[in-house]
Amino acid sequence: MAYNIEEILKQRILVLDGAMGTMIQRHPLTEEDFRGERFKDHQHPLKGNNDLLSITRPDIIKDIHRLYFESGADIVETNTFSGTTIAQADYSLEDAVYDINFQSAKIAREVADQITASEPEKPRFVAGSIGPTNRTASISPDVNDPGFRAITFDELVEAYEQQVIALIEGGVDMLLVETVFDTLNAKAALFAIENVFEVKGFKLPIMVSGTITDASGRTLSGQTTEAFLISVSHIPILSIGLNCALGAAQLRPYLETLSDKAPFHTSAHPNAGLPNEFGQYDETPEEMAAQISDFLKSGFLNIVGGCCGTTPDHIRLIAQEAAKHSPRSIKNLATI
Amino acid sequence: MSQVTLKLSGLEPLIVTPESNFVNVGERTNVTGSKRFARLIKEEKYDEALEIARDQVEGGAQILDVNMDEGMLDGKAAMVKFLNLIAAEPDIARIPIMIDSSKWEIIEAGLKCIQGKGVVNSISLKEGEEAFIEHAKKIKRYGAATVVMAFDEKGQADTYERRIEICKRSYDVLVDKVGFPKEDIIFDPNIFPVATGIEEHNNNAVDFFRATKWIRENLPGAHVSGGVSNVSFSFRGNNPVREAMHSAFLYHAIKEGMDVGIVNPTMLEVYDDIPKELLERVEDVLLNRRDDATERLLEFAETVKGVGKTLVKDDAWRKESVEKRLEHALVKGIVEFIDDDTEEARKKYPKPLHVIEGPLMDGMNVVGDLFGSGKMFLPQVVKSARVMKKAVAYLLPYLEAEKRAARSESPIPTFPTGEGDSPSFQTADPNTYTKLKEFASELRKNETEAERILWANLRDSQIDGFEFRRQHIIGHYIADFVCLKLKLVIEIDGSIHQLPEVKDNDQFRTEWLESQGFKVIRFTNREVVSQLERTKLVIANTLWEIVEEASPTLGENERGQEGSAKILLATVKGDVHDIGKNIVGVVLACNNFDIVDLGVMVPADKILDAAIEHKVDCIGLSGLITPSLDEMVHVAKEMERRSMKVPLLIGGATTSRIHTAVKIDPVYSGSVVHVLDASKSVPVAGELISKETYNNIYTRVKDEYAQLREDHANRKVIKNYISLKEAQENRVKIDWSTKEFVKPQVLGNQVFNDYSIEEISQYIDWTPFFSTWMLKGKFPRILEDEVIGEEAKKLYADAQKMIQLVIEKNLLFANAVVGLYPANAIGDDIEVYTNESRTEVLKTFHMLRQQGKKGNGIPNLSLADFVAPKGQGQDYIGGFAVTAGIGIEPLLEAYEKDHDDYNSIMIKAVADRLAEAFAELMHEKVRKELWAYAVSESFDNESLIKENYQGIRPAPGYPACPEHTEKGILFDLLEVEKNTGISLTESYAMYPAASVSGFYFMHEEAKYFGLGKIEKDQVESYATRKGWTIEEAEKWLAPNLSYDV
Repeated sequence: MAYNIEEILKQRILVLDGAMGTMIQRHPLTEEDFRGERFKDHQHPLKGNNDLLSITRPDIIKDIHRLYFESGADIVETNTFSGTTIAQADYSLEDAVYDINFQSAKIAREVADQITASEPEKPRFVAGSIGPTNRTASISPDVNDPGFRAITFDELVEAYEQQVIALIEGGVDMLLVETVFDTLNAKAALFAIENVFEVKGFKLPIMVSGTITDASGRTLSGQTTEAFLISVSHIPILSIGLNCALGAAQLRPYLETLSDKAPFHTSAHPNAGLPNEFGQYDETPEEMAAQISDFLKSGFLNIVGGCCGTTPDHIRLIAQEAAKHSPRSIKNLATI
Repeated sequence: MSQVTLKLSGLEPLIVTPESNFVNVGERTNVTGSKRFARLIKEEKYDEALEIARDQVEGGAQILDVNMDEGMLDGKAAMVKFLNLIAAEPDIARIPIMIDSSKWEIIEAGLKCIQGKGVVNSISLKEGEEAFIEHAKKIKRYGAATVVMAFDEKGQADTYERRIEICKRSYDVLVDKVGFPKEDIIFDPNIFPVATGIEEHNNNAVDFFRATKWIRENLPGAHVSGGVSNVSFSFRGNNPVREAMHSAFLYHAIKEGMDVGIVNPTMLEVYDDIPKELLERVEDVLLNRRDDATERLLEFAETVKGVGKTLVKDDAWRKESVEKRLEHALVKGIVEFIDDDTEEARKKYPKPLHVIEGPLMDGMNVVGDLFGSGKMFLPQVVKSARVMKKAVAYLLPYLEAEKRAARSESPIPTFPTGEGDSPSFQTADPNTYTKLKEFASELRKNETEAERILWANLRDSQIDGFEFRRQHIIGHYIADFVCLKLKLVIEIDGSIHQLPEVKDNDQFRTEWLESQGFKVIRFTNREVVSQLERTKLVIANTLWEIVEEASPTLGENERGQEGSAKILLATVKGDVHDIGKNIVGVVLACNNFDIVDLGVMVPADKILDAAIEHKVDCIGLSGLITPSLDEMVHVAKEMERRSMKVPLLIGGATTSRIHTAVKIDPVYSGSVVHVLDASKSVPVAGELISKETYNNIYTRVKDEYAQLREDHANRKVIKNYISLKEAQENRVKIDWSTKEFVKPQVLGNQVFNDYSIEEISQYIDWTPFFSTWMLKGKFPRILEDEVIGEEAKKLYADAQKMIQLVIEKNLLFANAVVGLYPANAIGDDIEVYTNESRTEVLKTFHMLRQQGKKGNGIPNLSLADFVAPKGQGQDYIGGFAVTAGIGIEPLLEAYEKDHDDYNSIMIKAVADRLAEAFAELMHEKVRKELWAYAVSESFDNESLIKENYQGIRPAPGYPACPEHTEKGILFDLLEVEKNTGISLTESYAMYPAASVSGFYFMHEEAKYFGLGKIEKDQVESYATRKGWTIEEAEKWLAPNLSYDV
């Protein structure tokens, strides 16, 4: 890598992009758009499988990456939130997982490189997005059988290994294990990443971002923020943070905990507020930026961006705030 | 280095710092160490095994050791199963897990189950360096810390030198070759028994202490652990000595740096509490201080077997100030001293009212705050309310006396309001008194019809507690009725008064009475007889006006505290369920609201009249059964018609935000708010009543409900329904030709009256009982809950006491009727026949069918599917009605008289549970004896609660058959009222409320389901089948209509 992200993180607060889904929804897409030529005869409906658009409508995904970079993002996430065999099983597309991840990484890489070439003083990065899958490894889906598990650690490791290999081969700069609602899933992802690193013989920076699901301050699987931090601290990671589920305002106490305790960089990419009755997010860029500004003023963060409901307009104002503040300084920084 | 601390996690963090002293590992979930746990795992009684884990956590364990190493066990499967089950128990999973096994495959399987950072117990150099490195690498990648045994290829370390040699080597390999975090290494340098009689063992403890010290000084970051109970192995059976040995051992080991340990906390004495002599001998042994140490300890051990501990009741609070004592009594719900304390406060404060407004309200505010912040729970709050009511009841006579004193400036001398009719002489003119007295008693004997009726309503303080006398002599006159306290005279004018001269006389008399400070109101005979309610309302209003005008401070007292708002609560007409409403009443009262509770089955007019009469600030309606929803809409419409503005609160089991938004909110222009439960009622009522916040909540909720209505309207379009015909074709496919029908032992109705409550109580499902009290959790686990366990235990004990009382004193009677009949389905109806010839139809039950579009192979269910269609077999149906509430009224009256909401709610909740239990019991009896289709079944209560048996007992009004009027047909068939004493209200609620009724279906495929929404075609079909108009059908089916009427 030509640029050392750890060095840059000492200088300034880096900005992550905003929501992918929200931006895709701006395009009136049909079943045919999702299928493209390659999947036109696939036996299952594919509409809604956003990750697939990296293959079938790369123009749209590239545009979204470009918009985020242009609005000030340093890092964009690949369009691979559901890019595991486990999540793609819903569409019977397990076989397409390598291509989804590889293509998603590749197109994000292309856009990042183009923009970096024109603005070398502000290099742009690509983070391979690794979602939680749609199964929980430490919670039973059957209330009558609490000992049951719909997915095992080994199955998760296998699925994550496939995704990680393809993301790395597609050219990502770092890996982002995000929206962690069950820490055991995340531990499986980290386990898989370490396995892949061992085989490949090199390492990339890893970002981990958990999700606090409600005002109890816990993950879906019941951990407090600090317990979550401890549970994923066994390998040196670039950053630990929180994203999704809550708006920025609700995240504050938990970010404060992370900032206080974490021997890593910290990140946050909250939603644009809490969903309204329609499940839509309506915190304006100005409202959200004001809240983010408060975090940055308090010195909580090294990396900041947006999750559900955020748009390039949100990221633009967030980037302006990020430029005004110094990054959090880390006590006892663990070295990678 | 400050960051080199051991950090572990379950759901919560565990950070081992030098300051954290000692981390205690729970050892009972270990099959090698606990016979009981081993047995439970072998018998797959995982529920009970989990209770052991929970006991450990509650007993103070900070890490939970789990070991499944047993020859007869599939250790790997047992480890995975148990860890997965623990993950589902937040109160256990909150602490980190120690995966304890000598087999690597079990350790690895365990590591794949824990989301937190746990500890492996253990690895060692026993199998050589290669395996040690491989395992350590894996552990690191799984994200766990590890215990390292002082064990190598040559064997277990048993001297100081071997201990430090092996630990040093292990440490170097881990740190240098694996890159294992130093702070995640926990050495176990082996604790061996002492005082065994074998000389080589004498230095075992000393060697351990020294090795511990060396490790802590020479291997930075590493921790030291051990299994402490080993040390006292030779004193098994003598707990006092073992406990002393454990704590003395720990004391020294911790001093040397041991910071993790496996200790049974119940087997531990407090070091400072160990008797001097015992301690000296124990330490002689541990520290190997003298050659005869073992003998001396053995000698002493004989003398200290089994020393008990006693509990001391903490009554330090009795020494506090009276205000503090009142607060304590309120917060803790203690009634024992409340009269004495209240009396003391009454003497201390200038006025009795000040005691209420001062220390008592202050105490209740503390209760309200604690409840609001989740630190107190409902049963405690109800007990607090009982204390408050007792205190107020104690003060009441003094408040009355003060009120009398306040009126003493009036022209007529004060008069005691004592018993009987004697005090007339004090208001009478002495000159005419004797004559008038004779006349008065004459008048009383010859009272008119109107006088008789009104007196029946005035006597014994029936109008809001005001006391009246009749034919009372005042001056030269005889007043028909008089409230002496408020100087209100009520005169009833018969036709004779309409004569001119009489009228003059009346007017003169009124003037005179008024000049004496009396107020006079008059009614005609006709008004009293034909408009009694209105007459009473006028009287009540006049009385309150006098109260307010004459004495503002007293008036406020009568109306409650200054600024305290009044809320009217009522269970609507046709509904008898009021536990929830009563709880809301108590919670609101605790938060300084004044409650006017009209009880159950209250018609709309009565609710609204009372609301006006009492000038309430808010009306709360409650109901449990679905027809009550319509009644609530009706009340709301009436409020609109009467142009009322009072906010309306909606609550109760069948009410919902969406129903409130769609059906109630649009018909009333005032504020309508659905309240989920009692705790939510406080902030909502507060906002509605405060002038500052009213506008805000009014618009907020109106907007929210408008939005909900819109969403609701839009949502319906998306939902798919199929026609009734298609749904009927997609019925449950049952091959009746191969079905063996079981004929019940006895056909017709069988009555079981005065059934043993004791037997019934064995069948209670306790979980809903706790949820009645707003304690959420499964029984019996709830009793051990970290937060609410203690309250749950108390509540449970009180319930048991109540049941005992009921049994001993025969307070409640349980009656049941069960009827089993030949039956066949005709379409969606079920015909019940008089006899086996199946020619004469006795009754017809009308069932409903799901109309939601289903996936492939999933039927559109109707209960009719579970009975063989006519001509396809000799099938049967059953019906039942049970109650455990006969005799409850006098108990409720007694409790209410004693201001005891707690026991009043308790007896109702217990009766409800008994009724449900009775239904469970009868169902079993039906399966095994009466219908006898499952003669050999054998289930414990837990399995019964989980409904593991064959057959169902759905109740009319519940999801599978939600239309309530079918209950009427069932009641006719079973002659329920005659047989059991249960009656139905106009809304088809059962009275007493602690009653259950339903159908029995025996088919193995019969299951509970929810009807969901139905389409107009089914409504039309249903109306035809029931002989109803469409409008009637739509009224009764309202909650299930897919369309708006």
